Amino acid sequence: MSRGSAAKGWIPPYLLSAPALVLYLAMLGVPMLLTFVLSFNAYDFNQGILPSYSLDNYIEIVTDSYFHEIFARTFGLALLVTVICALIGAPEAYVLSRMHNPWRSFFLVVILGPLLISVIVRTLGWALLIGGSGVISSTLQSIGVIDEPFQLMFTFTGMTIALVHVLVPFMVIAVWASLQKLDPAVEDAGLSLGASQFTVLRRIVLPQVMPGVLSGSMIVFALTASAFATPAIIGGRRLKVVATTAYDEFLNTLNWPLGAAIAVVLLIANIVIIASYNRFIERKYAQVFG
Amino acid sequence: MKTNGPLALIFHTLFVIFILAPLAIVCVVAFTDKGYLSLPTDGASLRWFRAILENPDFIDSFWISLYLALGAATIALAIAIPASLAVVRYRFPGREGLTAFFLSPLMIPHVVLGVAFLRFFTEIGLTGTMLGLTFTHVIIVMPYALRLVLAAASGLDRDAERAAQSLGASAFTVFRRITLPLILPGVAGGWVLAFITSFDEVTMTVFVASPSTTTLPVRMYNHIAQTIDPLLASISTVLIVITVILMVVLDRIYGLDKILIGKG
Repeated sequence: MSRGSAAKGWIPPYLLSAPALVLYLAMLGVPMLLTFVLSFNAYDFNQGILPSYSLDNYIEIVTDSYFHEIFARTFGLALLVTVICALIGAPEAYVLSRMHNPWRSFFLVVILGPLLISVIVRTLGWALLIGGSGVISSTLQSIGVIDEPFQLMFTFTGMTIALVHVLVPFMVIAVWASLQKLDPAVEDAGLSLGASQFTVLRRIVLPQVMPGVLSGSMIVFALTASAFATPAIIGGRRLKVVATTAYDEFLNTLNWPLGAAIAVVLLIANIVIIASYNRFIERKYAQVFG
Repeated sequence: MKTNGPLALIFHTLFVIFILAPLAIVCVVAFTDKGYLSLPTDGASLRWFRAILENPDFIDSFWISLYLALGAATIALAIAIPASLAVVRYRFPGREGLTAFFLSPLMIPHVVLGVAFLRFFTEIGLTGTMLGLTFTHVIIVMPYALRLVLAAASGLDRDAERAAQSLGASAFTVFRRITLPLILPGVAGGWVLAFITSFDEVTMTVFVASPSTTTLPVRMYNHIAQTIDPLLASISTVLIVITVILMVVLDRIYGLDKILIGKG
């Protein structure tokens, strides 16, 4: 009844959404447009931003090996973090789904709750754990496993570990959501027909949670590719990613047009990846779940 | 009902340790009695919690973050509620596009938003103002607020509203006395989620914050870029405790699992 009787008026919905729409146009539409325009401007070390228009910034990003390295590192990092999140997040969601309450609710909150804690705090925790004077290193030294302090700060490995920690809850959420649709009777049927636990996992559970794994992967990939605070703190100055590079262009080098071009490339790459992922998932699962 | 085998439980335990270890270490290091980062091996001390009080910069930033989050969450809800009702109740040209537009900040990397807002503010002269910063946060938290209000509004039974209407209540009275109370769990949950998201935001804010509008996460980030000392651990511990309290509140009013998993 409530859906079917949806009013057909023209004026009221526009009036109701007007405040949000005006704010969005002013605070999102205009700034994004300005950034897009800025990315075509030129920059001069002495004169600042020049009101000329060219593709020079984009050509620089595409041709300069400095930027190749940064983009390659960023997307390599995103890919690695995504794969690890899928490999540990999906099994964890499955284990959670087989728990009984109250443990299930309790651990769900324990695992997802950190999403609400500042990413700075979580990254600080990793800095304390994996630094040269960090807890892991000094513990291993004191029990004699290693002689020299080992340092994961300012390494690619350190960045990967910290980002997996920050983003794996999103994978658990996505897989959890698809597990809710899973009919446990199908698993039982497989088992009663003599399939091993492993076969049931591989042939029944895995195909059904794949949409969840894929949508979780998309979220994790997009968020890693644009992550700023964790790579900045753990990676430091040398291991730059796209987000920290844009930051440096804006607030240190002050080459705003180039920084804007980097931001636009990041945004477009993000949208292309999300859109093609959606297309892929729709095509792949249209027949099964359509 | 199935149960987990020993292998699954070992994996689960390791996973939970992985999730909690960095948070636990922050809380433990905060109680060190040393002047540098170390575990409180020679006895716990509150010196680094007292040190917070001796750093007015961090206290000021805490208040800035608090007012910012209060303002941004409230404005976001004030515009998200009518927008949600419009989208849920009416069929009008551009309805789908409008919803996508309102949710679009979720798709834009925060670093891109930071760049865009910084450019925008220098053009119109809003750089470094609390007002400008508040509106940037409204854009960031709006999708979170909108999703929960949309979920609450679309599950709403309209009969009570119709009854009130037929009994002569004005449109505003119907909203205030009937609609709002019915969607209140979604509104309250959306507000708290918006508040937390704004309070924690660092990537976008780092671009537009000025010395007088440096939020707590930005000040912590700037501090970490220079040095990591136990002061950061004690501040983080306070933040963890506050977040856990908010999580309990959120759980009571809306159900934490529903908010985190996003099925309203």
